[in-house]
Amino acid sequence: MKRGLTALIVVGVLAFTSVLCFAAEEYKVGAVFSITGEFSSLGVPERNTVEMIVEEINSKGGINGHPLKVIIYDTKGNETECRTLVQRLIEKDKVLAIIGPSLSGTSLKVVPLAERFKVPLVSCAASVKIVKPVKKWVFKTPQTDTLAVERIYDYMQRHGIKKIAAIYHANDFGKSGLEQMKKLGPKYGISVIADESYAEATDVTSQLTKLKAREPDALICWDTSRGAAIVTRDTRRIGFDVPIFMSHGIASRRYIELAGDAAEGVIFPAGKLLVYDKLPDTDPQKSVLASYAKAYKERYGKDADTFGGHAWDALQLVIKALKEAGPDRAKIRDAIENTKNFIGTGGVFNFSPEEHNGLTKEAFVLIKIVNGKWTLLE
Amino acid sequence: MKLSYFLQYLASGITVGSVYALVALGFNMIYNATGIINFAQGEFVMLGGMTMVFLTGALKLPMWISFIVSVMSVTAVGALLERGAIYPLKGAPPITLIIITIGASILIRGASILIWGEDAYRLPGITGDRPIRVLGASILPQSFWVIGVGAILMGALQLFQRYTLFGKAMRASAADSEAATLVGISPRRMTLWSFAISAAIGSVAGIIITPIVFTHYNVGVMLGLKGFCAAVLGGLGSFMGAVVGGFLLGVLEKLAVGFAPIGYSGYENAIAFIVMLLILFLRPSGILGRGEVEKA
Amino acid sequence: MRNRDYLIFILILLGTGLIPLPLMPLEAGGFYIRVLTVILLYSIITTGLSLLMGYAGQISLGHAAFFGLGAYCSGLLAVKLPISPWLALPAAVAGTALVSYAVAIPVLKLKGHYLAMATLGFGEIVYVFLKELDWLTGDPAGLIGIPPFSLGRLSLISSESQYYMTWAFFSLVLLLSVSLINSRVGRALRAIHGDDLAAEALGVNVSKLKIQAFVLSAVYAALAGSLYAHFEGFIGYTTFNLMLSIKLVTMVVIGGMTNIWGALLGTAILTALPQFLTAFKDYEMVVYGAIMILVMLFAPRGLIGLILRRKRDEEAVA
Repeated sequence: MKRGLTALIVVGVLAFTSVLCFAAEEYKVGAVFSITGEFSSLGVPERNTVEMIVEEINSKGGINGHPLKVIIYDTKGNETECRTLVQRLIEKDKVLAIIGPSLSGTSLKVVPLAERFKVPLVSCAASVKIVKPVKKWVFKTPQTDTLAVERIYDYMQRHGIKKIAAIYHANDFGKSGLEQMKKLGPKYGISVIADESYAEATDVTSQLTKLKAREPDALICWDTSRGAAIVTRDTRRIGFDVPIFMSHGIASRRYIELAGDAAEGVIFPAGKLLVYDKLPDTDPQKSVLASYAKAYKERYGKDADTFGGHAWDALQLVIKALKEAGPDRAKIRDAIENTKNFIGTGGVFNFSPEEHNGLTKEAFVLIKIVNGKWTLLE
Repeated sequence: MKLSYFLQYLASGITVGSVYALVALGFNMIYNATGIINFAQGEFVMLGGMTMVFLTGALKLPMWISFIVSVMSVTAVGALLERGAIYPLKGAPPITLIIITIGASILIRGASILIWGEDAYRLPGITGDRPIRVLGASILPQSFWVIGVGAILMGALQLFQRYTLFGKAMRASAADSEAATLVGISPRRMTLWSFAISAAIGSVAGIIITPIVFTHYNVGVMLGLKGFCAAVLGGLGSFMGAVVGGFLLGVLEKLAVGFAPIGYSGYENAIAFIVMLLILFLRPSGILGRGEVEKA
Repeated sequence: MRNRDYLIFILILLGTGLIPLPLMPLEAGGFYIRVLTVILLYSIITTGLSLLMGYAGQISLGHAAFFGLGAYCSGLLAVKLPISPWLALPAAVAGTALVSYAVAIPVLKLKGHYLAMATLGFGEIVYVFLKELDWLTGDPAGLIGIPPFSLGRLSLISSESQYYMTWAFFSLVLLLSVSLINSRVGRALRAIHGDDLAAEALGVNVSKLKIQAFVLSAVYAALAGSLYAHFEGFIGYTTFNLMLSIKLVTMVVIGGMTNIWGALLGTAILTALPQFLTAFKDYEMVVYGAIMILVMLFAPRGLIGLILRRKRDEEAVA
């Protein structure tokens, strides 16, 4: 009798713990971001956002009862490093999907890996080349730099701006922006009459003086906050009084803090995150944006920015796919590809076999800086 | 080519040149006393700016106190570097010292990321940020401060080296450390002082250029390298050479960018190194140098 | 002496040749083999640097430039002309050799810190030019679409094939280097390291040998660059920066400049180490810098120096 009872208890405990183990099986997702290095302003909010989401999800019981684990690696903006880390995520850590990398250069580098090993990759980088031509296993969440340029050109066309000068940081981001500016110009009747770059932003008055001499109708600058702030300051300093347009790279408070008064009147495209409180309540993204912005601010004490938003979109897409399809790489990929009307921070996503970015230029709004604050222009 | 354009290039060149000059002064301080090239010099500049931002921003200390505390703490870092990593290695071959100072540079930058993160920061200019127009060119008021401080430091260092007992002791121990020991000078102490003073100079440079360049953890790298180019250009070991070299390098850079056809400014960074290579090939002692140059 | 060197060479050859075998069936095997491939690839470069620094007594803080020139040259030839990667490789190596020769002549007249800075300056100049090369490569980030090596119909893109191809070149490079060290040329190099003037007095053509050592090390680096380009399919200019040059020199110095095996040891440790330190990712720079300082303080002859400390070693050059 006693032995029978003991046996029953043992079996019961075994069954219970095995159910627990089975139920506690983690869903592993990989993430690679440029957390240190030149582009840390992208990687850090991305990492912060991911950690925040993981905590939140797991506190609510995980995905269908499975805890979510995101393994985050730092690429330092280095392509060789990134490729090794992605291979590590795929083969050693055996993740179900990968989000990131933060940069176009690193993303392009690992696209062949995703294709070869058949792992869904949701990049957080800007370049349109990541998804065009379409690759089966590769998606991306940020609006492309193409969309950013188009948004600006669209505005310019309606305001009679025809000749523009461009100044950019001589790195991946800036050069890619210039490429798009030149390519898309003819479509909107806009010509880039002169372009200059800088390697170190300390004083760019020489470059700006040359551009000023060409008398353009407007100036576009393609860089992230620090360099863009120096450009803005120097442009105003030399009396170069044309409208200044910027890239979505300045979508952070830091730009305004550094540029000060010179930033007055600067116009740039950005995801709606920056001005979520100024959106009409009927905007489908408003509640998602508001809850992300508040949660991020509460957790980290800083304003959320669009880079973190791209990571939010990427991870949420994967989570949604996991919920629907379970821990299978191919099924996750299919689920992402079939996602429609996904409300993210970057826009409302509609994926399809031909469209792996899922956004249109409506995903961008144009923001104008007035009195040191972001205002919704259109 | 309008005159005002040329003047703007010149003004721009003088602005960055004064930054290079300050960095070069720091290099020369250590080189004069020890013959070592300190690859971490740029980090002293970075630390100066970052600590100043931290003290005035996060701790909200008044300007003057922050300035003194900043300079003192970076000086302490310089002394620590010397005692910890240089002092134990007297007589080591150049490669060892190079690796050590590069290692120190990496370590300081890594620590900076841990403490302050990767963001860029700014300080207000001492006399404000409204640009001043001079003959059609626009100059930031802070630039005058940078030039002024550079000139004062150069003058002070020259006087120090030539007329004070301490300064002469430093030159003596660099020229011949054995002989110096015989007359009661401690070369080891001189080395320590040279690092400390160099760190102080670097931090002052860092503090006054922050309103112009917006400091961040990586700002010291290029400034350090170009500062070294400036030092070589002017002549390693000569304080006046550092200043001349700095301004000359800055002006050359900005004039080259200005006169280059549109679209070629991306090569800007190469200019400093091309200049340095040319000087090393053609006249290694630099424009004003009288120091020894090891040639094969 | 020479027998021992060749013995070590054979051991290393066998060791590196066999090590992938137990790894291949593992699930993460491809990843481990990739790390080993990177180690061998960098070892090709550091072997050359070891000859230059440890034996000929020079310094180069710009070797990433030769690595990059080899990669870009090979990649561009294969993409633009196009020619087969098997032809692009020797062409790239030859081209880089010419460049390094032209650079060596004026640069190697300098010594000590000046030489270090001159090579650093050269490296930076090349970096800027590679960065501004998008008019040629067609892409702002670098060069895309570089074809892989292929044997007949088989493209060498698997981790294993790339590893063994690297291994083959690594073995050649190592054999060449070991033979060189044990020849008259090797002894002449070591004489230069010891004392230039004395060597000259003994009839050694100092400047010619220095230049040859420099060019050889550049050739090794270019070779590694070409392999890298065709393995990765996409190269970005950001790879070939000052930090890489510093890392390469650090590998040689930390491993030990007194002999070639030091370079291999240093390369293996510094390449594999970050993989183990991923838990400390935020501290990586601090740890790296600290390692550089600590090793120089406590093991100035490098880690090999620690191992060989007991033995009287003729090869130990100060």
